[in-house]
Amino acid sequence: MKTLVIAEHDKGVLKPETNKTITAAVKLGFDVDLLLAGENLSAMSEQAASIAGVSNVLIADDAAYANQLAENLADLVLSLADNYSHIVASATTTGKNFMPRVAALLDVAQISEIIDVIDADTFKRPIYAGNAIATVKSLDSKKVITVRASSFDIAQEQAPVAVTSVTGKGSVGLSEFVSEEQTESERPELTAAPVVISGGRGMQNGENFALLNGIADKLGAAIGASRAAVDAGFVPNDMQVGQTGKIVAPDLYIAVGISGAIQHLAGMKDSKVIVAINKDPDAPIFQVADYGLVADLFDVLPELESAL
Amino acid sequence: MKILVPIKRVIDYNVKARVKADKSDVDLANVKMAMNPFCEIAIEEAIRLKEAGTATEVVAVTIGNKSSQEQLRTALALGADKAIHIETEEKLESLHVAKLLSKIVEQESPELVILGKQSIDSDNNQTGQMLAALTGRGQGTFASKVDVQSGTVNVTREVDGGLQTVALKLPAIVTTDLRLNEPRYASLPNIMKAKRKPLEVIAADSLGVDLAPRIQLVEVNEPEKRSAGIIVEDVATLVKKLKTEAKVI
Repeated sequence: MKTLVIAEHDKGVLKPETNKTITAAVKLGFDVDLLLAGENLSAMSEQAASIAGVSNVLIADDAAYANQLAENLADLVLSLADNYSHIVASATTTGKNFMPRVAALLDVAQISEIIDVIDADTFKRPIYAGNAIATVKSLDSKKVITVRASSFDIAQEQAPVAVTSVTGKGSVGLSEFVSEEQTESERPELTAAPVVISGGRGMQNGENFALLNGIADKLGAAIGASRAAVDAGFVPNDMQVGQTGKIVAPDLYIAVGISGAIQHLAGMKDSKVIVAINKDPDAPIFQVADYGLVADLFDVLPELESAL
Repeated sequence: MKILVPIKRVIDYNVKARVKADKSDVDLANVKMAMNPFCEIAIEEAIRLKEAGTATEVVAVTIGNKSSQEQLRTALALGADKAIHIETEEKLESLHVAKLLSKIVEQESPELVILGKQSIDSDNNQTGQMLAALTGRGQGTFASKVDVQSGTVNVTREVDGGLQTVALKLPAIVTTDLRLNEPRYASLPNIMKAKRKPLEVIAADSLGVDLAPRIQLVEVNEPEKRSAGIIVEDVATLVKKLKTEAKVI
């Protein structure tokens, strides 16, 4: 029995979610191979081979995998699946996209977004927006699993292991990449940042999000948002924290002008310390906050920035 | 073109799910149920494509017990032309649902299937992708824009870090993200009219799909409760507590 982890990368850099997914994969108790599919992978392959717990790195270098299109990537994983009892990827938008396709092609169920490994067949995963935790046992011979990266630690480094090339069919001809539009940001990535400061509808407009910049700079924080702030057009949607956005678990989460709807809490309630700043003392966010400040955010934010 | 929209009856999204005392599952007795919010967006997109003259027929389909016909009637009231109810009392997994839906795809041969990206109960985010795999079609998941051209559909997808646009060969499968559209409400006259629209009932067992469980639900627990926090009176106290007590800054 062996485990195959599919690496996730962007612009020639392995994503931190990959390291955390390897931590989860190691817990299954078998050798872990890491598949790196894309284009121009040589620099990344060294990095991949140095993640503690990886026994072997498989490289599939083909333009068809450059944008990690689900149809092509699923076909490649399927071609390697015979050698593995467990196939694992992180529950990012890429992993969520191609993994169920792999599972269906293998005729097995997928276990989505696990937050804990009990044994090689049994896992914990949140359901109902995190309001319940299900313990589930896979009855399939092959397990296809996606991992909620925020629930696992980052893997350490090791002396590099062997790297082998593999080839797949390339493009299966169902889809083509047209374009992408990335949100520019110099701040740490939301899902990996140790501190996150998020604004909600209480920010009133997009310009006011600038009030968070100074604080984020001083704390080395990423800036997030509630769905209300995204839907109101204050900020782009990849900043959304919640059930349908990103799931974060930083050391410190500061919620500013966020009421704390179920869907938002699903994305941040595993943060180590939660601070809520809201002028409504009855806002549900105060029920999960370690430290609450009932005050107008427009008074508090400049004060907080200068106090740091 | 014909569009198929699978929908799901789920707990209303405003209701906080409660775990049963025996930990066997979430308690759904006497809980308000509704159409999954992402499915509403899928129906809306199909109706808009019909209004734009791109689609000729919109078929809504659901899988579940008799009560799920309520959600099909809602879909009809919103503008779907006909509905199919695959009746079963079993609690099905995404793979089963995808297999049953692939039979309906065979029967109806829609050029586009639009599903929600995930249901807010099981939070799996699998069915659309699995249906795409089983029907051998391309998939445009987490769509925030759908642009049908001749022979292809361009789907703008919400991905980590921004947006990605892919071109899929038709027929194809699309799953909706929240910002694809703002679903409309059903008007009373349309709700009345929906009662006369065709609703076909098919027994799930008759479709020749193996519905044996692949995943065993061992138990369901409440998430760990966070211990109650404190309210601080000013910013200075907050910063002091974060530095000395919580030690996070």
